[in-house]
Amino acid sequence: MANFDTELDASGLNCPLPILRAKKSLAGLQSGQILHIIATDPGSVKDFEAFSKQTGNELMESREEGGKFYFLIKKA
Amino acid sequence: MSDQKKLAIIATKGTLDWAYPPFILASTAAALGYQVEIFFTFYGLQLLKKKLALKVSPLGNPGMPMPMGMDKWFPILGTTIPGMQAVMTMMMKNKMKSKGVASVGELRDLCNEAEVRMIACQMTVDLFDMSTSEFIDGIEYGGAATFFEFAGEADITLYI
Repeated sequence: MANFDTELDASGLNCPLPILRAKKSLAGLQSGQILHIIATDPGSVKDFEAFSKQTGNELMESREEGGKFYFLIKKA
Repeated sequence: MSDQKKLAIIATKGTLDWAYPPFILASTAAALGYQVEIFFTFYGLQLLKKKLALKVSPLGNPGMPMPMGMDKWFPILGTTIPGMQAVMTMMMKNKMKSKGVASVGELRDLCNEAEVRMIACQMTVDLFDMSTSEFIDGIEYGGAATFFEFAGEADITLYI
């Protein structure tokens, strides 16, 4: 897994909280820095794709492991 | 930011279940970079009260899932029993909490933080003799023309 600058644990949170928290975390990053997100909401897989497409922050990685979802988003 | 997308919502309902769509969509749209405005009218004004006392009722709502298969065998008249609404509201709140669904107050705070513009319908405030002191700070009061000023430029307009 690539390195990241900040981690956000959104485990146990449901729509739309993972997206909203991610947005907040990204606001504290510089352009090019990477946010690692951990989530348990299965809907977050599609939602982070959509979030990335609409905000221009690149979704570098999206994977599932042991019932959890992990995302790497690079701030635009 | 003239190319910023705009979402306009009219919130007309004042129950716990119907409080969610406006606040979920508004906060999410704001996170996606939309400029958002919600116009609260009639029962929707309940969503702007400082002290949120929103309830959910199984009455007249055959689509509402109830615990222990109650919706299958419970007579419709049973949903009118005094206290039923309080019980269902408590159950719904507990369920939401256990599933990590945000509270309405939390989502409203997030909307506020994201600078979602909230407008209370002045006519409804007058109609129901409500006092502006009952409502949260930072909201505006206006009428239909105020809504159209924004909605006329909006990319998406929703009536909830």
